[in-house]
Amino acid sequence: MFAPSHFTAVLLFALCASVVFGITQRETPQRMVRYGLYCFLLFVGSAIVLSWIMYFIAR
Amino acid sequence: MAASPNNTPGAAKTAPQGFVYLPLIVGWLVPGAGHFLVRKPGRGALLALSILSMFVLGLAMQGKVYSSAHDILDILGLVGDLGSGLLYIVSRVLGLGADSVQITTADYGTRFIVIAGLLNVIAAVDAHNLRTGRKPA
Repeated sequence: MFAPSHFTAVLLFALCASVVFGITQRETPQRMVRYGLYCFLLFVGSAIVLSWIMYFIAR
Repeated sequence: MAASPNNTPGAAKTAPQGFVYLPLIVGWLVPGAGHFLVRKPGRGALLALSILSMFVLGLAMQGKVYSSAHDILDILGLVGDLGSGLLYIVSRVLGLGADSVQITTADYGTRFIVIAGLLNVIAAVDAHNLRTGRKPA
């Protein structure tokens, strides 16, 4: 059984979803790569920001 | 006699020929195969790798593969799972995936499987758009 941490699961999810979003939502290879990176950073960044917000709410 | 727009030489080059829904159906059944049909093997391979990885990771995390729907959330999960096409059918036939979620990791896995199906639908629609010319190749 594969049991990743929550953050590892976020990274894997963001990687796979960003590849699909990049390829399907843009036309040229260069723009695909840029949009894929943008989506990946937004996925991971928003997860980190939301985690800190929840951390401070819980205290 | 008035000539129809499709009879002009320019229109004949751009009008899609054959069954335009083939990449959509094949892309839904097999992740990435729609892009191979429209001669985009690089994109198809990357899409197949991403979607397959997500589905397999979901199964490896002992995620639940929806088999029946008892409430609205189950229906949404089942619809998402059905987006995986043959992956869903094969996993159901082989009895892969957990029947119920017991641990936190399995809950992640269930989401991975559902999202893999939804991403596969996006990829299949993209192959269809490439086929019809709605999206520039």
